[in-house]
Amino acid sequence: MHSPRDREKVETIAQRRRSVWVRARSIILSDYFILWLSIAYFLALAPFLPTLTNPANLSNLLSNTWPLLAVAVGQTFVLTIAGIDLSQGAVIGFTSTVMALLAATTASPDVLSGAPVWGVFIDESGGLFHGLPFSVTLSLVVMLMVGTLVGVLNGVAVAYLRMPPFMMTLVTMIVVSAFAVWITQSENIRHLPEHLIMLGKGDLISVYFGEQDRSQIPRREIFTLIGYPAIITISLAVAAHILLNKTVFGRQVIAVGANRKAAEISGVPVKRVIVTVFAISAFCATVGAILYGARLEAGRPTLGEGTFLLDVIGATVIGGTSLFGGKGKIIWTVFGVTFFVLLSNTLNLMNLSTFHIDMAKGAVILCAALLDVARNRYAKELGS
Amino acid sequence: MSALLGLHGLSKSWFGVPAVSDMTLEIPSGVCLGVIGENGAGKSTLMNMIGGVVPPTAGSMTWRGTSFEPKSPADAKARGIAFIHQELNLFTNLTVAENIFIDDFPYRFGLIDKRQMAQRTRVLLDRLNLHVEPDTPVGDLAPGERQLVEIAKALHRQAALMIFDEPTTSLTARETEKLFETISALKADGATIVYISHILGDVKALSDHLAVLRDGYLVAEGPTERFDVPAMINAMIGRELSAIYPPRTSKPAAQVVLEVDGLSQAGVVEDICFKLHRGEILGIFGLMGSGRSELARMIFGIDPTGSGSLFLHDEIVTGDARDRIARGMAFVTENRREEGLMMDAAISDNLSLVTIEDFGRPPIALLDPERVKARTEAVRDEVRIKAADIATQAARALSGGNQQKVVIGKWLLGAPQLFILDEPTRGVDVGAKHEIYTIIDRLAASGGAVLLISSELEELMGTCDRILVMAQGEITGEFAKDAFSEAAIIAAAFQEVAA
Repeated sequence: MHSPRDREKVETIAQRRRSVWVRARSIILSDYFILWLSIAYFLALAPFLPTLTNPANLSNLLSNTWPLLAVAVGQTFVLTIAGIDLSQGAVIGFTSTVMALLAATTASPDVLSGAPVWGVFIDESGGLFHGLPFSVTLSLVVMLMVGTLVGVLNGVAVAYLRMPPFMMTLVTMIVVSAFAVWITQSENIRHLPEHLIMLGKGDLISVYFGEQDRSQIPRREIFTLIGYPAIITISLAVAAHILLNKTVFGRQVIAVGANRKAAEISGVPVKRVIVTVFAISAFCATVGAILYGARLEAGRPTLGEGTFLLDVIGATVIGGTSLFGGKGKIIWTVFGVTFFVLLSNTLNLMNLSTFHIDMAKGAVILCAALLDVARNRYAKELGS
Repeated sequence: MSALLGLHGLSKSWFGVPAVSDMTLEIPSGVCLGVIGENGAGKSTLMNMIGGVVPPTAGSMTWRGTSFEPKSPADAKARGIAFIHQELNLFTNLTVAENIFIDDFPYRFGLIDKRQMAQRTRVLLDRLNLHVEPDTPVGDLAPGERQLVEIAKALHRQAALMIFDEPTTSLTARETEKLFETISALKADGATIVYISHILGDVKALSDHLAVLRDGYLVAEGPTERFDVPAMINAMIGRELSAIYPPRTSKPAAQVVLEVDGLSQAGVVEDICFKLHRGEILGIFGLMGSGRSELARMIFGIDPTGSGSLFLHDEIVTGDARDRIARGMAFVTENRREEGLMMDAAISDNLSLVTIEDFGRPPIALLDPERVKARTEAVRDEVRIKAADIATQAARALSGGNQQKVVIGKWLLGAPQLFILDEPTRGVDVGAKHEIYTIIDRLAASGGAVLLISSELEELMGTCDRILVMAQGEITGEFAKDAFSEAAIIAAAFQEVAA
């Protein structure tokens, strides 16, 4: 047997161990966990990947963050009601096409004359709205309406016809994407007006690290710090944060995700909430389409295809929004997207092939999902 | 030592709030131990420690004289501890046999041996006098039958210690009687049983030994014959409970609040007509399957209605639950876990859910957190929810009675005129019951109308101004307060309605 003193020692070690464990838990459960993780990851890799800390790379990192964040903000709402929106990528491809069909300044018959939209929406004299006053604004408004309408259709099917979100948005994804490819015959629509392109590329605050006394600074040595995409996405994220965490509607969204039946009996307009949430998701995807399309200087029907959806859902879940519903914060998604963009960036810098990058991303998303399960369990243990 | 299970200074605290403190108790083999205590007295926490769901913060347990530290429910199960829970843990989509054999299917040639499974299930069911086919889905069984399946599961595992946690809450009188026969038979076979219930008469009748918990402490213990029911109540609440049922402080007015006119739905209810007055508590008594809960759900607009109409203050009522809430209806359903609460959300979020739209400030309905806090705290005090911090603690962390108070509380934030309560005191202890009856009386006294549905006749007779009796979807009796008679009401409830 242990002497009393031994036992005391054993107990203090056990206590110390427990307190470390408790602290580790509170970090894992903290809102900022993924932010700490991102910073740790960045600092750990910086010595091995010198390009990581290059101004050019950092600027690139930021510019990759904005459009993805805009889309992920929408996905956060859907995941919070325990749904999923697989159609976001297709909405991006479709609405970027709509944007170009309306706003393009001209188009080449060599490329587009075979497409069903030729002569109806677009011809040599540009898109449908080209030449009208405020044509860019008008195009964006119509584009946002079209995108949101797709979300409303998703929402109505889920809320009123009781379609599982997975099924419904999968169907929307396939149909909308195919429709976009058909009307353009899979061609990109170029010649976007300058004003529009600015939304995807325009700088507001730029930085230059070169010599001070040069008469001319080459464009590629000027790095964007804050551009229009940053302003657009940050505004969207702040609005979404207020909506989800500070308003009546946000509480109702969380209630629908936590217990739909109880929400219904408590008078939450469950169906209206579901439709609105899917509309928000598609709206955010459309904002993403503006940023991606403007950066690309074209409407592209296949934008948002491939593993794009993996990025969106992966980043959101990594942030901590639960796939089981009832729990979601925009700030989590901001950190999740940051981490995800950083991860993609570092994997690219390591000169890995696309296949390896996707495998690594998949592994990280798996870890995030496991973490979600673990978080739920700890939270329950602390609570029950 | 012949103790099967020994508890030695067992303690557990949540967020620094002790739930069980320094519990020392021995459960000898072959004994039926009754455990009583109010909600939040620590019964559930104690059982969770024994069942390996949560680890104790201090103290130890022994099982057959050796150290017992279950790491998980499976651990406790493997030692031979079986729980028959308050809320049943059966797979409703699987058959009776599959549920019983869920963790050790018999195999033959690498495939599940269905015939052997059915045979062995039948033997178990016969022993419990349950006459259903082994391949019946559990979802098709009545609550009482499901309970027996749970017991069959424990019998099949040859559990050494069976813990019954509020087993009779959803059973009819006949089913309860059958359950007690079963428990007596198990006792005769030498099984060790822990029986937890709020129905003190049952505990007195069944147990040999009694343990009384209050505020996490074992406050009284001894052979059951040394306690009578008043002594049990005194030990539980630590004070004299003048009466379980508070006196009615108001009289019904003549003004009709709710008029139900010929409500019918094929196969559920048939031509229901009654009027509910301002300030009245109207009870609806009926056996399980009499259509009482379905009627409540139809009135609230969550179950479909075939024909007939509803009038609230002489105006016809249509629309869904949301419209009816706006008209002043409130509904406490019989399943608080499935339909009443967001279990993982904070208590205050649950409380503010119904009236959440009142806390929004235009133009975008921005929440006013100060007002939400003030109102939820006020209601928390009004219904006396026992919790450390309602803003952070999840509803899941509360005991059953306190969870029920949250469900009632969330309606109190509004000012409903018609309160429909379906089994509001199911799984709730004497002290909390008294508080709930007091709340109900207050609702009526302040001009509301209350429709109280219960399968406990005594409760209805103690609280209602009038009782309607339902059988097979029809109203088979109406009793005013001065004509309350247990025999007559039960007769009406069992009345076979001529087709």
